[in-house]
Amino acid sequence: MARNNEIPEVNAGSMADIAFLLLIFFLVTATIQTDMGLDRKLPSKEPTPPITFNERNVFRIVLNKNDELMVESKVMQLKDLRNAAIAFLDNGGEVKGNKNHCSYCMGARNPKSSDHPKEAIISLNSDREATYGTYVAVQNELTAAYNELRNRESQRLFNMDFVEMEKRYYDVETPPEIKRELKEHILAIRDLFPLQLSEAQTNQVK
Amino acid sequence: MGNFKKSKKGIPAISTASLPDIVFMLLFFFMTVTTIKDYPMLVDNELPKADQVKKLEKKDRVIEIYVGKPTEDLAKVLGKEPKIQLDRRLANVNEVAPYVLSELAKKPDAIRNLVTVSLKVDKKVGMGIVSDIKEELRKVNVLKVNYTTYEGNSLSVQ
Repeated sequence: MARNNEIPEVNAGSMADIAFLLLIFFLVTATIQTDMGLDRKLPSKEPTPPITFNERNVFRIVLNKNDELMVESKVMQLKDLRNAAIAFLDNGGEVKGNKNHCSYCMGARNPKSSDHPKEAIISLNSDREATYGTYVAVQNELTAAYNELRNRESQRLFNMDFVEMEKRYYDVETPPEIKRELKEHILAIRDLFPLQLSEAQTNQVK
Repeated sequence: MGNFKKSKKGIPAISTASLPDIVFMLLFFFMTVTTIKDYPMLVDNELPKADQVKKLEKKDRVIEIYVGKPTEDLAKVLGKEPKIQLDRRLANVNEVAPYVLSELAKKPDAIRNLVTVSLKVDKKVGMGIVSDIKEELRKVNVLKVNYTTYEGNSLSVQ
């Protein structure tokens, strides 16, 4: 009798089934990571002395309950907001020779718009009925406007995008000495175009 | 010899031997890109999209607050008004501040002022409840917030 002395091969046919079972289990119990978002810093509750500013230095955005945008008293589409914000921030209306003159601005230098990016304030006023989706879209466009300007300056000064610098700074693998240098650069750029977003108390529905 | 006639004319069966490998690959992919839910979601949570996003760095420095209208089963009882979910329970706006403080107390001292509150708000929710939450956070001086979003073009959904 021809006896087979070798150990018989384990049947791997059901392996696929087992793996599928595991796969389905993970699909059901897991959520895709959503650890992305727009960072914002809320204003502190501590009373601050009222700041005086010129109306021309304020970029007023109003979001009404029908999710419509009004920018500087004019109705605007969301897609145009980015460029409007860039034009406002980058305006640099102060005349040359004045101490507030903005040397790096490339805007229209319109005396009726913002004097200097450091003084430019964006005011966002949203109705309580406005949807959060639109609000985030507005915030996103404003961030995009800032990022675009910061990238431009960052490219000019350090030959690197601002967004890229931030990414590298937050990367765990970046060595500390490079981080220190990056931090300096980031702060320098942030200082050129500081994010000044004011969200006054949202209005009650009338 | 002389057995050539025996070879079948039909298409040979496709070998499924590599199927487990493929499935395992899929499995590992899903295991790495997903996180396991800590608790069941009690509210609908379809986040808005944005493309100027930053990554939230470390999971232990994040406190999550979910806002949305209750899920279908719960909506029958609770109605469709948006609700806040803290951990496993639904809460009112005035419970946000105590919750954040208690979560903050659990964190080690060193990272306490690096904590970010991740607002996971459904995109259809009104701004009212969101600004109420922000007001609550300001009261307890937790100022770093993150409007958590999906990555994508924000304008495409309009």
